[in-house]
Amino acid sequence: MGKIALAFVAGAAFLLTVAMLLTAGWTAPPIHTVQGGYRGLAMGQLSTPESERLLKLANTLPDAIDKASPDGDRATAVYKNVQVLTDLSADQFNRVMLGLAAWVAPPDQGCNYCHNPDNLADDGLYTKRVARRMLTMTRHINKDWQAHVGDTGVTCYTCHRGQPVPSAIWFAGEAPKTGGYAETNDGMGHPNKVNGSTAMNSDPFSTLLADKGVIRVQATKALPAGYGASIQSTENTYSLMIAMSYSLGVNCTFCHNSREFGQWAESTPQRVTAWHGLQLVRDLNANYLEPLKVEFPANRLGPTGDGPKLYCATCHQGASKPLLGVSLAKDWPELGGVAKP
Amino acid sequence: MSVYENVYTQVQVRPNAPDLGVEGELVADRLNQGFFVQLLGYIGNAQIGPIYLGTLGVVSLLFGFFAFEIIGLNMLASVHWSPIQFMRQLPWLALEPPKPEYGIHIMPPLAEGGWWLIAGFCLTTSLLLWWLRMYRRAYVLGLGSHNAWAFASAIWLYLVLGFIRPLLMGHWSEAVPFGIFPHLDWTAAFSIRYGNLFYNPFHMLSIAFLYGSALLFAMHGATILAVGRYGGEREVEQILYRGTAAERAALFWRWTMGFNATMESIHRWAWWFAVLCPLTGGIGILLTGTVVDNWYLWGVQHGISPSYPHMFPAVVDPAPATGAQ
Repeated sequence: MGKIALAFVAGAAFLLTVAMLLTAGWTAPPIHTVQGGYRGLAMGQLSTPESERLLKLANTLPDAIDKASPDGDRATAVYKNVQVLTDLSADQFNRVMLGLAAWVAPPDQGCNYCHNPDNLADDGLYTKRVARRMLTMTRHINKDWQAHVGDTGVTCYTCHRGQPVPSAIWFAGEAPKTGGYAETNDGMGHPNKVNGSTAMNSDPFSTLLADKGVIRVQATKALPAGYGASIQSTENTYSLMIAMSYSLGVNCTFCHNSREFGQWAESTPQRVTAWHGLQLVRDLNANYLEPLKVEFPANRLGPTGDGPKLYCATCHQGASKPLLGVSLAKDWPELGGVAKP
Repeated sequence: MSVYENVYTQVQVRPNAPDLGVEGELVADRLNQGFFVQLLGYIGNAQIGPIYLGTLGVVSLLFGFFAFEIIGLNMLASVHWSPIQFMRQLPWLALEPPKPEYGIHIMPPLAEGGWWLIAGFCLTTSLLLWWLRMYRRAYVLGLGSHNAWAFASAIWLYLVLGFIRPLLMGHWSEAVPFGIFPHLDWTAAFSIRYGNLFYNPFHMLSIAFLYGSALLFAMHGATILAVGRYGGEREVEQILYRGTAAERAALFWRWTMGFNATMESIHRWAWWFAVLCPLTGGIGILLTGTVVDNWYLWGVQHGISPSYPHMFPAVVDPAPATGAQ
């Protein structure tokens, strides 16, 4: 009797141990560390040969498209209903169309994904109306957001990577499933990809990236001066930071000295770039994505009926520099890219 | 031959019938007589019960049950009453305190923290009644009240976290949520919000007593097991005699580290270490946000936080230049 009980306990312990070993999400060594701050501060970025391989694989570049002369017939003279790319030659205009077909449209639809083949000037398809706004947005990023994108710039491919919808977008979180008198918990207590499987807010974006909620929560003076940020808003910011961290494939210490997250003097220069990135995301969501909601059909909308919006991962897709820092935009003056000297 | 070992033993040490303990009125109205569990017998005493429940115990368990149900049912509601999702997400599920805008209002809407307040009231009542029961049982058995006061230290920390500090801050939202990961995430967020608790001296003290407690527990447990072959578990009764387990244990520590506790004083060491852990921790929490808003900056002012050479050109907050947040 006793031996059977003991064998049962030992068996259960063994099975639990095996289950734990198989589900713990191990990382195979060797783990490579790049030191990012003064020694002893644990400001290191980690990678493995496997993670490096996967990152390279995920950031393969598209085939180059032959350059077009800015001279010759104007696009506006050759085509009807040109509203955004009015400064381009017809050759350049066609080059952009080739780019869109290669980077964004599904391969089996090509031009027809956006265009009515019987009348290319027709604005009937929602995809065309969205694409036009996206072109304006791309030029806006390259021209007005040098603080974040620098000379590297962006093209459609930075986000789309051959997909009509970029792989990382977000919608407002679902309404709480609780009804009646049950506690709503303010969106906390459910693990997802955004909050990094914590119990913190599963949608920090609605308040901080679509709305201009205050991200900074840490007290800036030693002693209290009134009631500052709540613990709930701290967890909201925490959740946003986890999402940023995953988006860029880095840990907290890429930007922060984790002993004091809020101190700028303790931070790395990347934090300034990231800060401009957050402002960029807010600008794009408020002025480009949000107004486009009316254009999208129902199947492109989120569970609460809002339109798709973007965040860090939309461009970065797991790399601290999108496409590992390769500039496609320098070959695309049509999209507002800056040709490097 | 059967041998009694003091970690795993093949011999079941047990009387023929469960031992009822002290004679007289104390055991007169027991509901049951207790029973034996073979598995427990492998590592020590095999007897379970009889337990004394009493009025305080029953009411305490009742309030504890209320709290447990309120927390559990709200968690179940948060996954749309799906038993599968309840099991799957259980470690993450939460019952959050009221939102900041409700301040310390006594009754916010049930769906926005009201349940948290009711659950907290029930749990607190349960704990306080259990404390009374512990005190009463010790008194009736003719013991000192050391257990009750040690438990009171833990209740102090609990009350600071969930009641006293939120009252001082004027916001229930400052309190800890119910839930396994939620309360851990709260801890991480709390530390970050208030500028890193590691620079809080009372947090330092609490950690020292926490680790110290574990160390003392390990040292004492190992020492008694090590002198088990000389009857060391009889501890205090051997204290006056030469050559006993007690003297050998004392010599062991005096020889290895120059100082030994006695069979009596080691328990005072352990009791104070254990009691001071939540006591100092509670003080540290109580001062956070009420008296000090950023422990790191407070540490800088008082020479606690070390400074390190900068590896980069000066990094400056870009927000003031642009007017954005």
